[in-house]
Amino acid sequence: MSALIDGSAAGAPLVNASRFRAAHEAEWERLDGLLTRMEKRSVRALDDDDILALPLLYRSTLSALSVARETSLDRALVTYLEQLCTRAYFQLYGVPTSLARQIVGFLTTGWPQAVQALWRETLACLILTALGVLAGYMLVASDPSWYYSIIPDGMAQGRDPAATQQTLRETIYSKDGEGMLAAFAAFLFTHNAQVSIFAFALGFAFAVPSVLLLIYNGLTMGAMIAVFAKKGLGLGFVGWLSIHGTTEMFAIIISGAAGMRIGTAVAFPGRLDRTEAAVRAGRSTASAMMGVVCMLLVAGLLEGIGRQTVQSDAMRYGIGLAALAGWLCYYYLPRRKEAPDALALSR
Amino acid sequence: MRWPFRARRSAPATLRRTFVTPEGVDLRLELGSAGARAAAFMVDAFIILAILIAGTIAIAFLYRASGSTQILGILWLVGFFVLRNGWFILFEMGRRGATPGKRLLGLRVVARDGGRLTGAAVAVRNAMREIEGFLPLSFLAAQTSQGVADSFLTIFALLWSGIFLLFPLFNRDRLRVGDLLGGTWVVQDVRGRLGVDLAALSAEKPRRVFSEAALDLYGIYELQTLEDVLRKGRADAIATVAGAIRRKAGLPDDGDDFDFLSDYYAALCARLERGVMVGRRRIDKYAAASR
Repeated sequence: MSALIDGSAAGAPLVNASRFRAAHEAEWERLDGLLTRMEKRSVRALDDDDILALPLLYRSTLSALSVARETSLDRALVTYLEQLCTRAYFQLYGVPTSLARQIVGFLTTGWPQAVQALWRETLACLILTALGVLAGYMLVASDPSWYYSIIPDGMAQGRDPAATQQTLRETIYSKDGEGMLAAFAAFLFTHNAQVSIFAFALGFAFAVPSVLLLIYNGLTMGAMIAVFAKKGLGLGFVGWLSIHGTTEMFAIIISGAAGMRIGTAVAFPGRLDRTEAAVRAGRSTASAMMGVVCMLLVAGLLEGIGRQTVQSDAMRYGIGLAALAGWLCYYYLPRRKEAPDALALSR
Repeated sequence: MRWPFRARRSAPATLRRTFVTPEGVDLRLELGSAGARAAAFMVDAFIILAILIAGTIAIAFLYRASGSTQILGILWLVGFFVLRNGWFILFEMGRRGATPGKRLLGLRVVARDGGRLTGAAVAVRNAMREIEGFLPLSFLAAQTSQGVADSFLTIFALLWSGIFLLFPLFNRDRLRVGDLLGGTWVVQDVRGRLGVDLAALSAEKPRRVFSEAALDLYGIYELQTLEDVLRKGRADAIATVAGAIRRKAGLPDDGDDFDFLSDYYAALCARLERGVMVGRRRIDKYAAASR
């Protein structure tokens, strides 16, 4: 492309920029039109000719921008070309794949792989939770007054060491309040999901809040178990809990693990730049977090519907363990390696 | 002697960033300013709030009509959750890379390294929004509604969200914490139109002819300022500029300021461009005139 277009004819424009505009304006306008259609709808709005022309138009406009910067003093022209090239660049290079493909890629590879990659942190979080449960159990078993400092009043709802066996039995085997079960499930889901998003996002403070949250979560569970176990209802309580609890606890542990990954990346970036390390950790754990939200949706459904309608202990354990086995298979069963571009996760 | 504490003159901080495409051309991206970002967020927050209120009213009417709390309660809770977390994520994952608010302000979220914007990056970027503002403020609201918020908690919550909200102002690239972790930034992405060619504006009419001395007065900086004045077309600015040029060049007033300026622009542009072609770029009027 030449910026010096022969303009010796009579009445020719004074400056080069005018000739340059006259020679290329049609191309720029075509590119502009194509980009507008792509932005408004999608690439599918373009026919074959347009698709073939697009990279050529992009490159020639980009080269026009270089020429204009060097030879033209018309600022409007340079600004216009800069804007056009920027739009074209992001339509050609920066646009995510379609939403549907991203979702499929997420379900088949992105989600399980992201969780799998967190296995070390997941194990650590599992141990922390288990320690929390143990500590909570031992504390309350040795001195019931600990219970009141571990569990807030709102959550206890009468399930405290002073309650009779009858009341405790009712809380796990009664059938009342069925009318609101589904709404309760929706509430639990949104609440838990929000909490797990916090646990993840707070991880960047060197993982401290995530660890605290996990231990506290374990403590409350241990304390509750201790109360029920004292009245001989331990097995029943764990069964009642496990319907949704296996899924929910797993989800919370994963979100803690994701937070921990980010926190450790910020604290110990290794050979990378600190921000760079945080960016990598953030991107690789984000899919795990989206997965956690899905898990909590399942947990909410199980909890709201299954908890009071399924009454036998065996059924409760069965559902809980089946759910756990399902998640474990989904995440950790070895699978064929696919092309790494499914969600373009690991760049 | 130089006063030791005089502020050093540094280059003005701009929002232009070098960004070289694989083809080797620098696009000089312009980042979204903090003001535009805040305005975009306000627009989004307003739309979300409006949808939420409209949805709540609609559900309340449905409740009156049907009386089933169950389904409607679920609808509201899930709707609120999706609106709160999904609005930003789903819109930014789309082709435009922008929420309606950002689109209105001509902004777009892109990956800092120029690659594809992944769903994961968008999710991180927006998950951090929760702890930047929603967490401390909703906590504060909950405590206040129960009447147990003491002044320490209030100060802490406001300080917390203040630090995060003002975070973009304390770094060069106007990054939120979410941008930092997601590896994204927000750039301007506007659809401009090509302005008219000022030098070819009055090609059919006979042009005024200027002397060498009159054209030697100014450089490229002044030329482009003149371009701005002509494009904006404000009568008082045009009269002032025309007066200044006539006075300096010693030309008589012929009564048509706009035509005078566009002729002068075309002549000056042609002259400076000729200089550029042979490698003499006269930056502004203080640089030596090209001969």
